[in-house]
Amino acid sequence: MDADDKIILAHGSGGKLTRNLVNEGFLAKFPDPVLAELDDSARVQVGSNRICFTTDSYVVKPLFFPGSDIGKLAVYGTVNDLAVMGAEPLYISCALIIEEGLERSVLDRVTDSMAEACQTAGVSLVTGDTKVVESGGADQLFINTSGVGLLPDGRDLGIDKISPGDRVIISGTIGDHAIAVLAARQDLGLKLSGLKSDCAPLNNLISDVLERFDGVRFMRDPTRGGLATVLCEMAETARVSVSIWEEKVPVRDEVRGTCEILGFDPLYLANEGKVVMVVDGGIADEVRNALRGDDLGKDAEVIGEIGADNPGEVVLRTAVGGSRLITMLAGDQLPRIC
Amino acid sequence: MKYVEEYRQKGLVTEIAGQIAAKIDRPVTLMEVCGTHTMAIHRHGIPEIVPRELRLLSGPGCPVCVTPTSYIDAAIELSRREDVTLTTFGDLVRVPGSSTSLERRKAEGADVVTVYSPLDAVTLAEQRPDRQVVFLAVGFETTAPTVAASVREARNRNVENFSVLVGHKLVPPALIALLQDEEVNVDGFICPGHVSTIIGARAYEPIVNEFGAPCVVAGFEPVDIVAALAWLVEMVVTGKPEVRNAYTRVVTDEGNTCALECMYEVFEAVDSAWRGLGAIPASGLAMREAYAELDAVNRFGLKMQEVAETSGCLCGDVLRGAIEPSDCALFAEQCTPEHPIGPCMVSSEGTCAAFYKYKLRR
Amino acid sequence: MCLAVPMKVVKREGERGVVELEGVSRDVALHFVDAQVGEYVLIHAGFAIQKIDEQSALDTIQLFREMLAAGAIEQPEELQPEDRGSP
Repeated sequence: MDADDKIILAHGSGGKLTRNLVNEGFLAKFPDPVLAELDDSARVQVGSNRICFTTDSYVVKPLFFPGSDIGKLAVYGTVNDLAVMGAEPLYISCALIIEEGLERSVLDRVTDSMAEACQTAGVSLVTGDTKVVESGGADQLFINTSGVGLLPDGRDLGIDKISPGDRVIISGTIGDHAIAVLAARQDLGLKLSGLKSDCAPLNNLISDVLERFDGVRFMRDPTRGGLATVLCEMAETARVSVSIWEEKVPVRDEVRGTCEILGFDPLYLANEGKVVMVVDGGIADEVRNALRGDDLGKDAEVIGEIGADNPGEVVLRTAVGGSRLITMLAGDQLPRIC
Repeated sequence: MKYVEEYRQKGLVTEIAGQIAAKIDRPVTLMEVCGTHTMAIHRHGIPEIVPRELRLLSGPGCPVCVTPTSYIDAAIELSRREDVTLTTFGDLVRVPGSSTSLERRKAEGADVVTVYSPLDAVTLAEQRPDRQVVFLAVGFETTAPTVAASVREARNRNVENFSVLVGHKLVPPALIALLQDEEVNVDGFICPGHVSTIIGARAYEPIVNEFGAPCVVAGFEPVDIVAALAWLVEMVVTGKPEVRNAYTRVVTDEGNTCALECMYEVFEAVDSAWRGLGAIPASGLAMREAYAELDAVNRFGLKMQEVAETSGCLCGDVLRGAIEPSDCALFAEQCTPEHPIGPCMVSSEGTCAAFYKYKLRR
Repeated sequence: MCLAVPMKVVKREGERGVVELEGVSRDVALHFVDAQVGEYVLIHAGFAIQKIDEQSALDTIQLFREMLAAGAIEQPEELQPEDRGSP
């Protein structure tokens, strides 16, 4: 009696079920080595250029929430998927699936937000598509964006570059986006003061670091599934162990409080303006300081290190001196978060 | 955060753990009977901090885990009715019944809504007079009064389309059943902090008096837990068992009498089947006659059929503390959080789930 | 499931109220506690199930510290046979 014969919500959560579906349902049918890398973007050769190419769909509910909206999210999410590969984001596409009956003013608010986001991120929207479906066919609005960026010569980040002795950095507080979206949903009866989604374009923050430092091995933005999922993917794919110091992981008080109330773990909550970096141990503190010089990285911390014992294992050294595993989530903490 | 930060101080935890190490002079087995304790202990890595002579067992503390399959099957049966909206706490949704789960039923189109409070279910019923809204009431004494208050609200507000499938269980009778179980060897209990805010610390006196097992009511922060362990070890070593309250900031000797009165106005204690422990006298709650029309069993003519456990599933033994999850052949092999076989793996507070999620695999 | 969180009462109207923690606020039922605005309560499933006794909260920590002092035992790396038993 398992989840295999019907798709359930948990298949979309970014955790184990998603991975199983991707491995068995998709990779098996599309045996392309680039696809198999399952990176945030695909790295492909086009003529003499290496480009990165990515796609994402946005189904966040509600459409507008503190600090952001589905449109801004759709632009920055794709920009970030390119940026974490080390690419310079250049062009994006946008396909809209609109539910019949959506207020035109709502659509305009979203597209205005997207236009502003493109400006801020420095990308151009060059192609698009519009579909309208009957009432009930889509929940108000779904957006897909795809993006391409240029990868400079010699830039070769990769999960396989992670090795023992490296350190793990997070560019700021975790869980802000998920909790902001959650608070905006009426059904939980929660009111939050002051907390906003961290939705932001990371391309400048990242390129500054990549230009200043050699020794950045790998980056990923911890969206669905959160920081924990990225760490588990790293440990498993790179066949290393990851050790995280609980006290070093930055979490805002409001996020911590809401998590306490609802029984969530901030490690698994989605972020839309943060990046996890794995860097050579020797430069970790400097990279963190460099990140802190930017508004988007002001709470950056070195949170852990890579080891060789027990490959595949992610261990949390707890704030009270214990140790426990960090594992992949089977199902969903929060659906429709991005 | 007030009342939390102070109880998480690493220095204090380490020092208290050191004192346990100094005092313990024999193997001691202590059991907690609260899913929230199970999770707190493993989330903070406490088994790694205390000496190895101290064995920490998880008992039947997860209300979802001890809910028998017959209850789940009854809920599934309700989910098949066109006019029913099932309202439930989140972790019940994934528990497997005889043939399926509420999560899968939801994927098939059943109207299953997760709520945070039973009052939300009453409000939902008011908003949807065209639906029969049934609340799946599982939980111990912490939760039962909130359901009782919601039942009273529904009556006061004339919400006729609301009913409750009562599955509450009571903790102290289960502790007695465990101490009478020959296969279970427990030297003392870490008593559930929040159940105790309702029933009071005195509720555990029969256990000390009849069985000589020390009981400490503990809170959920790391300092609370290790301090309770230290007190228990001391009482075991000195042979002077008593009930001690280490959670006085919310637990009194008599508990919350207002909540208890509400609970017993709406519910009465009945003999009840616990997954893994079998039938325990006066260990569950049922709707009183006076509130019969709000009882889903009455309203829908439900029959709870006892069901045999899936072969190989040792949830029952895990729940009694007779074995640890890693002793079960299915653990982490066929039985994982994505493909759970028994409730101990499914529930967010299940012992097997805690082990799988947190315990270092060495 | 016995998840309960300490929150501060910021508004009370009969049996209903609003509680707050770290900038997060929630409507809750206050049937079971006589807590007033400014007091802390334990929230479970949308209900306050008990008032938090501030003095007890402080006392308990103090009690735990005293327990350590009364133990008056050097923290050994491993168990030293001579140090068994309570003080």
